[in-house]
Amino acid sequence: MAYQVSTRTRASSVAAIVAVAVVALLIVAPAFASRGLIQDLFFILTMLVLAQFWNLLAGYGGLVSVGQQAFVGFGAYALFGAVILWGLDPVPAVLAAGVAALVLAFPTAFFAFRLAGAYFAIGTWVIAEVTRLSVAQWKAVGGGTGTSLPRSATRDMWFVDAIKALFDVKTSAARDILAYWLALALAVATIGGIYWLLRTKRGLALAAVRDNIEAARSVGVDAGRMKWVVFLVSAFGTGLAGGLIYMQKARISPDAAFSVVDWTAYVIFIVVIGGIGTIEGPILGVLVFFVLQSVLADYGSWYLMLLGLIGIGVMLFAPRGLWGLISERSGLQLFPVRRRLIGPGTQANTKGG
Amino acid sequence: MIWVDTIVQGVLLGGLYALFAAGLSLVFGIMRLVNLAHGDLIVMGAYLILVLVTALGLGPFLAALVAAPVMFLIGWSLQKFVLNRTLGEDILPPLLVTFGLSIVLQNVLLEGFSADSQRISAGALETASLALGPVNVGVMPLMTFASAVLVIVALNQIFYRTAIGRAFRATSDDAVTASLMGIRPGRVFATATGIAMVVVTIAALYLGVRANFDPSIGPARLIYAFEAVIIGGLGSLWGTLAGGIIIGVAQTVGAAINPEWQILAGHVAFLVVLLLRPRGLFPRGSD
Repeated sequence: MAYQVSTRTRASSVAAIVAVAVVALLIVAPAFASRGLIQDLFFILTMLVLAQFWNLLAGYGGLVSVGQQAFVGFGAYALFGAVILWGLDPVPAVLAAGVAALVLAFPTAFFAFRLAGAYFAIGTWVIAEVTRLSVAQWKAVGGGTGTSLPRSATRDMWFVDAIKALFDVKTSAARDILAYWLALALAVATIGGIYWLLRTKRGLALAAVRDNIEAARSVGVDAGRMKWVVFLVSAFGTGLAGGLIYMQKARISPDAAFSVVDWTAYVIFIVVIGGIGTIEGPILGVLVFFVLQSVLADYGSWYLMLLGLIGIGVMLFAPRGLWGLISERSGLQLFPVRRRLIGPGTQANTKGG
Repeated sequence: MIWVDTIVQGVLLGGLYALFAAGLSLVFGIMRLVNLAHGDLIVMGAYLILVLVTALGLGPFLAALVAAPVMFLIGWSLQKFVLNRTLGEDILPPLLVTFGLSIVLQNVLLEGFSADSQRISAGALETASLALGPVNVGVMPLMTFASAVLVIVALNQIFYRTAIGRAFRATSDDAVTASLMGIRPGRVFATATGIAMVVVTIAALYLGVRANFDPSIGPARLIYAFEAVIIGGLGSLWGTLAGGIIIGVAQTVGAAINPEWQILAGHVAFLVVLLLRPRGLFPRGSD
């Protein structure tokens, strides 16, 4: 038997099978799930996408952005602009949301990368504020008070008639199912894409930069370029998610679309509580977040206070989050990226590592 | 003449922003810590002064004098028991902990004082004004600006004339070597944050007397403070005052053209400086 390099472990093989089963179940969920459950799942999936991209930025790229709401809001407004001004169908307009966020990411990165370390965080926040204030001047999409998607656009959306016929539901429920499927596709593509990225040469470079930037530079990794790649990819994905979220809401205002609490604070808590710097962390984190929110949402400000305290506690006492605690104890890795040599004479480390 | 008036008002507003920024600048200069809860701490200070004014019937200035040692203690404990644990090579822990703190503070204040906007009453001083040559200037904005100058002078005196200032500079340069000389960095940091919170109290006083405030306005104050620090150049307190003035003038000029542009104009001025002078107007050596 020849030597080979592999990242696969027994746990990851099992996880892959479970993941396929879960995704299959989620695809057919609209056939039996209530409309409320579909909306909850939509919320979980979109938050998961935002969390994965923030994790890519902060956990892998070392870029702690507090301004991701810029891309959610700008993407969402691009969708509304494309639908209202160009008469585009909302479904392809989601793609326009991603592209718009990507375009915004260039000047954002150009300015924010001039600020080192921690000041980068507030720099991204300033740019999000500038974007919010500028968009609030855009009268065609409602200015400061916001606007709704026109009824004609939401009624004749792509696929809605087919979904209505398939599940025998009303238009509004069919729209939710459509948004849910798109969110599911986006979440699967996001996790798959990030996992793929981390396993490529680029991903290896990224992990090297995360672990030790000087050592990474000394073996020829272009750290500056990695930052750009990560920032642009995250902006694009965050913009897609923003477009999708507001396609489902069908109503937008600058304060909601550029909310630092909704699109950045929650996302940061999800990643920190779940485990920063892992793909598993945000998945676990979003589930914990959803349970907390279902139980405590009625308590309003107490809920946010508790979430903040949990976030602080995790950062102080278990900086690698819940998933960090689990994988430390069990050695479990569901999305392993470490390359191991397997062959005669080498011992396969079945615990992963 | 209206333009002269606009610019003078902007310069004086800049004094307020410099007060917001001085505490942030002090803490960053000594321990490279960016406190994302800085704006919320200013708002918390304003509520503390408000409580002292309404509950004990103190005048706002006396109330601030009473609040200052309380705020010093809060800052000292926060640094000693929480933030010192987060300091290190990795920038993630301090950012995420202070971000969490910002959210917690906003919601504690919201729960305690509701979302209604409040104001600290300073009696006749609020509307008093002086004729300075061609323009009329409010006494309160003038006092704000004078306080900002005094705070910066005092901080510079502490930095360069006292033993604790020497400890600040030594720890800032090299914490390990400083600790070999008998300085305990943890304590020095706690004292620094305590002093920063005294400055925050002064900022809070003027914030509360000059305008309405509510629990949600902290992050915007953080952003103004941050912009003033970056425009001035990291580590330079006089630069921070200049940065505050630039944002203040940009905001009043923006507002004079179109009231909706006030905040945006301040941010744009910041971005322009960042574009032309990425290290600020008065950078201090290499950091």
